Amino acid sequence: MIDWSWLGGHLDAIAFRTWQHVYLAGLGVAIGFAISFVLALVATRYRILYPPISALAGFLFTIPSLALFAALISITGFSVVTAEVPLVMYTLVILIRNIVAGLDGVPADVVEAADGMGHSRRQRLWRVELPLALPLIVAGLRLATVSTIGLVTITGTISDAFGGLGYFILDGYHRGNFLTEMYAGAVPSILLALGADFLFVRLQRRITPWTRARAGEVGAAA
Amino acid sequence: MNLVTETAAWLTNPAQWAGQGGIPNRLLEHILISSISLAIALLLALPAGLAIGHTGRGAAVAAGIANLGRSLPSLAVIAIAIPVTVLVDPVLGGTVLPTLVAMVVLAVPPILVNAYTGIAEVDRDLVEAGRAMGMRERQILAGIELPVALPVVLGGVRSAAVQIVATATLGAIFGSGGLGRFLVDGIAQNDDGQVWGGVVLVAGLAIATEVAVGVLERLARSPGLRSPGTRDVPETAPPAPLRGV
Repeated sequence: MIDWSWLGGHLDAIAFRTWQHVYLAGLGVAIGFAISFVLALVATRYRILYPPISALAGFLFTIPSLALFAALISITGFSVVTAEVPLVMYTLVILIRNIVAGLDGVPADVVEAADGMGHSRRQRLWRVELPLALPLIVAGLRLATVSTIGLVTITGTISDAFGGLGYFILDGYHRGNFLTEMYAGAVPSILLALGADFLFVRLQRRITPWTRARAGEVGAAA
Repeated sequence: MNLVTETAAWLTNPAQWAGQGGIPNRLLEHILISSISLAIALLLALPAGLAIGHTGRGAAVAAGIANLGRSLPSLAVIAIAIPVTVLVDPVLGGTVLPTLVAMVVLAVPPILVNAYTGIAEVDRDLVEAGRAMGMRERQILAGIELPVALPVVLGGVRSAAVQIVATATLGAIFGSGGLGRFLVDGIAQNDDGQVWGGVVLVAGLAIATEVAVGVLERLARSPGLRSPGTRDVPETAPPAPLRGV
């Protein structure tokens, strides 16, 4: 069922599409994080702005990705911008909510202590609040990254030039369900998503060693 | 402006409102396949989620399955499913069935996770009170835990339904019907009016789905938990939804 000679002859193409997939997803998450970070800081400082920001991000999140990609083609053409704008938009709701929740979760006592020690607002943010919010921020990055890796498979509907691994799925389908090629896109894209998830779980454990200790205690008690 | 007039022209063209390729029929196809897969996902995930939430057993396994399911790219799931579904039905197996499989696979995690976290988070005092009154486990689940947890459970159904509507759109890439046809055909024919008409319809259906289940969620909130002084929103937010499509 699997055409091994096709696979052997296309290793370079698979490597290239894998790299492209990582690049497209990474760029989307990076830009999304930058925008979300600024919006989350604005929303925590001017509380009245949080509901509308959150609602708008949630609204964009509801729109199916294929519709957003298709809509942008008539505006930004068959360019990489058309692929990246929806990817960035979908990360916003996850990242903004997690960054705000992380900053909100900093205990009031800690904030007061930081003020008492003479921290300026900026120092308090960078030295006290952000480090304490980090676990939730990383949890948001984990969700955003895995979801973006899934979405990149669909960017191939815009143009063959940047489908990432989704290119093989679409191209294989257009060749009359050429399964080897479809699997050459599907299996690595699943592995990429699972691999990213795994890496973020490792990172989460590393920056929150106390959760591991607590889990150990519960396990011992049971 | 050109885009707006083109879209309006496409949407108001009577030819778009009749026949197999018309808007009413495509909308019906979209709703039909979405409802079928939501029903299957509910049958698979809801009883399991409620049982896990009530007994506390199997939560780690369910969390693992849910996390795996949420990580899968939907297009990849469709592609993986094709060789299996082709065996079931040579014609439909290459079009509608793999999409249906992906819709179910991606709808199970949010329903499962919200069902068991919703039930597990119900105040243990309430459950103990029920037990002290001589209620059976089944009665506790149906009479106490489920009514209290219902908004959270429905929150999972809402994520799943929105996800399903989005995945049904992708089915058009693989030749099945639904509103996604307008997007795929519009791109192929370089017809901006059709693309944007499709965008309006697809986005409209997704938002209508979100709003409709959201209204159900609000109605499901037990009046006993709406008394002044208690918060209207559950203390712990349900797990963030994840978009794979």
